[in-house]
Amino acid sequence: MITHFPSLLIVTPLIAAPICLLLRNGTLVRIWATLAAWACLYFAWGILGQVQGLDGESIRYAMGGWEMPLGIELKIDAANAFVVLIITGIASVVFPFGLGHSGLSGPEGKEHLFYAAFLLCMCGLMGIAVTGDAFNVFVFLEITSLSSYALISMGSSRRALMAAYSYLIMGTIGGTFILVGIGFVYALTGTLNMVDIAERLPSVINSPTTIIAFGFLTLGVGIKLAIFPLYQWLPNAYSFAPSKVTAFLAGTATKVSYYVLLRLFFSIFGIAFIFNKLGVQNILMPLSLIAMFVGSIAAIYQTNAKRLFAYSSIAQIGYMTLGICLLHLDGLKVLNYDGLTGGIVHLFNHAIMKSGLFLIIACVVYRMGTVTIGEMKGFAYRMPWTFAAFVVAGLSIIGVPGTVGFVSKWYLVLGAVAGGHYVVAALILLSSLLAVVYVWKIIEVGYFQKPSEPIEKIEAPITMLVPIWLLMFAAIFFGFATELTGGVAETAAKTLLTAGGAIFGGGTP
Amino acid sequence: MKKPMRMREIVVLRVVSRVLMPYIMLFGLYVQFHGDFGPGGGFQAGVIFSAALILYGIIFGLDAVQRVFTPFAVELCMALGLLLYAGTGLVSFYKNMNYLDYDVFGSHGQHYGILLIEGGVGITVASTVLMIFYAFAGRWRVSQ
Repeated sequence: MITHFPSLLIVTPLIAAPICLLLRNGTLVRIWATLAAWACLYFAWGILGQVQGLDGESIRYAMGGWEMPLGIELKIDAANAFVVLIITGIASVVFPFGLGHSGLSGPEGKEHLFYAAFLLCMCGLMGIAVTGDAFNVFVFLEITSLSSYALISMGSSRRALMAAYSYLIMGTIGGTFILVGIGFVYALTGTLNMVDIAERLPSVINSPTTIIAFGFLTLGVGIKLAIFPLYQWLPNAYSFAPSKVTAFLAGTATKVSYYVLLRLFFSIFGIAFIFNKLGVQNILMPLSLIAMFVGSIAAIYQTNAKRLFAYSSIAQIGYMTLGICLLHLDGLKVLNYDGLTGGIVHLFNHAIMKSGLFLIIACVVYRMGTVTIGEMKGFAYRMPWTFAAFVVAGLSIIGVPGTVGFVSKWYLVLGAVAGGHYVVAALILLSSLLAVVYVWKIIEVGYFQKPSEPIEKIEAPITMLVPIWLLMFAAIFFGFATELTGGVAETAAKTLLTAGGAIFGGGTP
Repeated sequence: MKKPMRMREIVVLRVVSRVLMPYIMLFGLYVQFHGDFGPGGGFQAGVIFSAALILYGIIFGLDAVQRVFTPFAVELCMALGLLLYAGTGLVSFYKNMNYLDYDVFGSHGQHYGILLIEGGVGITVASTVLMIFYAFAGRWRVSQ
């Protein structure tokens, strides 16, 4: 059965979604979706174990028994397996959040539709992460996008509709760019299979069409990833979506886009083209640095807690893209992986802490009925457990040693120093200080400002606290057991850089 | 001044739509089952089939078409079509073949497999298009 795990990752949520429509009862649907997510987590875990035993090779699964290049194949190496584990992990924690309580997942009486869309979104993300076919990436991207527009529009305020609509416009532009890019690549190489593309690209690498295709693809993925100037859709979409959706999307959607960017750079076009010929790092590095500061500074000025962490996400995406630029190259030889490892490990770390933070805000909304920071007076006394979790997540966002946030920043700084980018290393530390400011804003209101009326304890229900604390334990555990996530991320980085296609886009040197 | 006529009161529309409807549906089924040999397939067939129902809905009113295809039934069909598609793929696991490997259905497996798959696509697309029509046509009820 383990040979079928790659397809089961996609098929499980795909089958679970229509069954949600048939079940119709809110509680049943929540339990069903949770079970589906847990099943996927099991498959992802199995695959990760399998991949690590393969020593750099990848699992290949021919859909329908049609071998590549005729059919669509699923191709999983260390990088995919890591991303799949993140998606399923976040889904298994977010889906059961508030299991016994309705009202958290979309409008009353429409929970079966909400969870159907949720599962389809997960199915699309899985598909992007495991497929080895470029056009398939686009198809699954559309599945993800369409279902996430629907999910965002189910937010409680009417502005959610507008946020979903502007995300729809931006997302469609991004999707179209990706499609145009794939079209150009197809015209150049006559194939859609990524391995095949990488093998054929070197012969046409000097064609201007290659550069145009690369430009379209990068811009399209950049919009989905919310790279610095292309992030306009993100703050609204995150702040008006239902909190559960925000927690899920913040932990998975941008992560998968980042993975697509990595595949594009290292597995399809190759280092020689990206770094030495085009010099992408010279553009991406300033943009990442600007994102780190603009995101954090904008976050400081927010009054809405959800919006604050949405802007903080933009800054965190800056760290991830910075990781790509910190790859230390000497000609075509990779001297140091630490920067890229930092970027990849930050996928996992950021997913844990940001999903946790949005779930905590969901608790606050559920009990105190507000997302405005000024109205959170007495948060620490009313909901001590939730507040404690918030402090852990906040420390992790700042990057205090002993939390996961520190691990990724440590790798990034190591990468920066190894490459001689001392200024960048200093800027990484400086931007962490900005995180202190915006996390402190909420702690100050919640802990030091006491409300005038008497305080009664209104702790969040246990079904909400358990998922949050699971994430927080992970945040602390992986903050100490760094060799686990760091090791997997390093394997992923090395696989990306050594597998066929990494240097010359597939050709042997 | 004359009161504007409703569409169902216009003889031409009423008669022509009634005459056309069965042929549109039949053509939809033709596209569905002939999809193996010629252009067509589940998606196109689904859209054509639901076009007949939408035509009926436009001429005779939303209530008339919803008496035949209730929103609940349409929602059910949306789910069942997808399940038929995904379920067909699952059968291959029974003989330890890869997902969606139609060879599991025997010597003419590729033929039966694609027929089932396209059937699922057709059902889902037809009911989804109809549902979109219901959602838009029923909007005035919500706002009232």
